[in-house]
Amino acid sequence: MFGIEVSQGVIDGATLIGLVLVEAIVLYFGYGLLEKVLGPTVTDVLRGE
Amino acid sequence: MELFGIALSMLAMFSGFGLLIGLLFGFFGMGGSFLVTPALLVMGYETDVAVASGLAFVFGTSVIATLKHRDLGQVDYKLGVLMIAGTTAGIEVGKMGLHWLQDIGLANTVVSVSYVFLLGAIGLFITYNAVKGGDDDDGGVSHDAADDGELDADDIPDIAKKIQSYRVPPMMKLRGGVRVSLWMILAVAFLTGLLSGFLGVGGGFIRMPALFYLIGVPVPVAVGTDLFEIVFSGGIGSFLYAIDGAVDLAIVAPLLAGSALGARMGAAATSLVEESEIKVYFGVMLLLGAIAVAVREIGGVIEMPVLDVVSLAIIVGAAMLVSGAVVVSSIRELRAQGPRPTGQTAD
Repeated sequence: MFGIEVSQGVIDGATLIGLVLVEAIVLYFGYGLLEKVLGPTVTDVLRGE
Repeated sequence: MELFGIALSMLAMFSGFGLLIGLLFGFFGMGGSFLVTPALLVMGYETDVAVASGLAFVFGTSVIATLKHRDLGQVDYKLGVLMIAGTTAGIEVGKMGLHWLQDIGLANTVVSVSYVFLLGAIGLFITYNAVKGGDDDDGGVSHDAADDGELDADDIPDIAKKIQSYRVPPMMKLRGGVRVSLWMILAVAFLTGLLSGFLGVGGGFIRMPALFYLIGVPVPVAVGTDLFEIVFSGGIGSFLYAIDGAVDLAIVAPLLAGSALGARMGAAATSLVEESEIKVYFGVMLLLGAIAVAVREIGGVIEMPVLDVVSLAIIVGAAMLVSGAVVVSSIRELRAQGPRPTGQTAD
């Protein structure tokens, strides 16, 4: 399209780095949710309550 | 037993190793490729796979740690963009210097010796400052300085005060109430980039202390802004390697799963731990890192591969010591704070 050719290597590279980015974001929000649910309990235990 | 084609024991090992690195990365804004690449090399991975997977992992971890530091208000985007511009120019010039040394056949020797001395010198400087500061907390800024907004003049290192005194317009106002000339920021960024390009390293261990000791931003902002910069350098670097198919997702994915948790813990610990408590460990880790690199280089010269394993053991041991100290100090601080008043929620 538009006379621009992108090599397969670039597409594969971008896909792979995109996957790493998606994993990072999913993990960030996933662990964030876990921190919200379990955080207060763990903090209380660590505070010695 | 395998999961997604990877042995479960390998998954557990990579996740545990990721947790350790994530903790250091979230707390100090450095320590990624410094630890991962040598470990993968010792495990027998090809050099390009070890470097590329290390970079991709650093990219993912820096995304997570930056998001966490952003939530804590510890990323200065203006400073980050200026640092990226100056660092990129510095890296290009550093690479030119490296190519020139390669042409005259001195690259390996000069880079190895410079790396060991630089790592050792920064480690000594930080350890000396921490020990000199002692309990009076003169050695630097407390990690929660950013929460107070403005930074006390006593907390700014002398070199940074000197650099801030050069009022060449335009002046930039940074987080923590720091005012510094745009040209000084670009000069510091250029110099750190120069070293980074010359030594072929990510540069977190140079940039983070430079942001604090030379520009004078509070340590948490130095860490957050450094991580923001690593998102771009790590992203571009790993993409370039990924084009050649060198990134191994089977390594990166479990490492990232562990480090995501560690990075959250490390970033959260920056709001709890007094820096003077932990700074000495950070300095010692750099010193041990310098010794580890020296041992590895000597192993290469005298052709003793066993020294690679010794080198890795020193690095991993140092990392475990420092991350353990961060965890213990955080728990001690939480206990010292005592039970929360009723109605207050935990972080």
